[in-house]
Amino acid sequence: MNIYVLMKRTFDTEEKITISGGKINEDGAEFIINPYDEYAIEEAIQVRDANGGEVTVVSVGTEEAEKQLRTALAMGADKAVLINTEDDIENGDQFTTAKILSEFLKDKDADLIIAGNVAIDGGSGQVGPRVAEILGISYVTTITKLDINGSSATVVRDVEGDSEVIEASLPLLVTAQQGLNEPRYPSLPGIMKAKKKPLDELEIDDLDLDEDDVEAKTKTIEIYMPPKKEAGKVLEGELEDQVKELVKLLHTEAKVV
Amino acid sequence: MARKVLVLGEVRDGSLRNVSFEAVAAGKTASEGGEVVGVLIGDSVSALANGMIHYGADRVVTVEDEKLKQYTPDGFSQALMAVIDSESPDGLIFGHTAMGKDLAPKIAAKLESGLISDVTSLEEAGGNLVFTRPIYSGKAFEKKIVTDGLLFATIRPNNIAPMEKDESRSGDVASVAAEIKDLRTIIKEVVRKASEGVDLSEAKVIIAGGRGVKSEEGFEPLKELASVLNGAVGASRGACDADYCDYSLQIGQTGKVVTPDLYIACGISGAIQHLAGMSNSKVIVAINKDPEANIFKVADYGIVGDLFEVVPLLTEEFKKLKVNA
Repeated sequence: MNIYVLMKRTFDTEEKITISGGKINEDGAEFIINPYDEYAIEEAIQVRDANGGEVTVVSVGTEEAEKQLRTALAMGADKAVLINTEDDIENGDQFTTAKILSEFLKDKDADLIIAGNVAIDGGSGQVGPRVAEILGISYVTTITKLDINGSSATVVRDVEGDSEVIEASLPLLVTAQQGLNEPRYPSLPGIMKAKKKPLDELEIDDLDLDEDDVEAKTKTIEIYMPPKKEAGKVLEGELEDQVKELVKLLHTEAKVV
Repeated sequence: MARKVLVLGEVRDGSLRNVSFEAVAAGKTASEGGEVVGVLIGDSVSALANGMIHYGADRVVTVEDEKLKQYTPDGFSQALMAVIDSESPDGLIFGHTAMGKDLAPKIAAKLESGLISDVTSLEEAGGNLVFTRPIYSGKAFEKKIVTDGLLFATIRPNNIAPMEKDESRSGDVASVAAEIKDLRTIIKEVVRKASEGVDLSEAKVIIAGGRGVKSEEGFEPLKELASVLNGAVGASRGACDADYCDYSLQIGQTGKVVTPDLYIACGISGAIQHLAGMSNSKVIVAINKDPEANIFKVADYGIVGDLFEVVPLLTEEFKKLKVNA
């Protein structure tokens, strides 16, 4: 099985977000593998271990994503590819990223492509399905279970809490939802081995793309913080009275019930 | 600039979901005095077309085929592309729902267009249509515009107010023929887990439990409160990780991001990842034994106490309120 994983480097979920100069302030922030992509990497490793083959993790980003790609290799992926857009693209969007990834993937004969269902920073959830469409393969998003049987797959898709059991043929792209698996931590031998595993770096020129081909269709004009919430009212007195007061406040002051 | 905007309605269990009407309202704003055309796709949907018109669509186009009984990306994209070919719209609005999230990127890739996902408001400003959306799970917001091609957005349920329903509104309902074939993903079975109660993403009231709920049974009082308020039950990651409930209930940075009118957090400490998923709710109530719990910092109202005492009392009080109302 020829398996590819689409990975994004994101802010650690523990990070507080601040803005400076109209941009999200990245100074001193910790970065991680997007948590949903971690499920994707884990699943790819499990599928490979069960069916044979090779796992390649690919990321579009800057040189700094090498660290997260090495982590993916330490978890057990076989190869990593960084498509470094630092010099070529300032403000890409999902069109941009999907176009670059598909251009990279189009001659790779992937049997299975796994991505996270959404990145916790941008939160658009577009890149996976866009890549599948451009490559002309089918996809299933937000999956919680994947069984490969030869050239077909049985997938469980989470649909707002309900589950759909879906059959599809390979090649297939799936996006990972929480509950798919429990991602492993890289082991010490894994980390040692990862240093020797191939991590290739490409630029969009290597994919015969130029900046115009991948120019974003949308643009961010402003980033701002939501208004800070005032600390609320902690009620006092006998519990029963507090409850009565709360219901009254919700009914007459907040008017939500 | 007057535009023609297609709005995809969404049908569940034989009726239109609320987000369809919110999408019509968003379409109205995006159309800037042009035309809002509702689109309904399914095996038998034309009877629902007037619902979209009553909420503000100028007319409705339907695509009906037995292969469209259930949503699949191939089937629905074939149907929608047939409508797009015949209507040549300037804009497209879907709900940011399981279906909208799955379908919109495919359509955007087919049309080589941009797509602004998970929009919470839109407005005309400085000659542009400006879309606002949360980033970093609501820790910040961004405003976006489309710089090239189609205006295409998915809107988050519960954020854009629908227009007033007016049953005297009328409009044309027409069907478009589409050849639906070669579906590559086949739905073998649907396991209903969420069918009891209200959908989390559309719920006006959410009762959420954390580690303080202590067990699967511990969710029972929360469920009772939810049923009195016609709300949905959610959970923190802690509760899901401890197997007290299914991950489909998880609210937070990983999990669902929700914005109900009323969010009651029971036994939830308020980790930053959880706050990211719910802090934009209109009114937040925190119930926690620990007066220092972080959740009180974002709560409008707080009760320091044991949720197993407080929640049943609340349920009784709300019942009385309903009787008196």
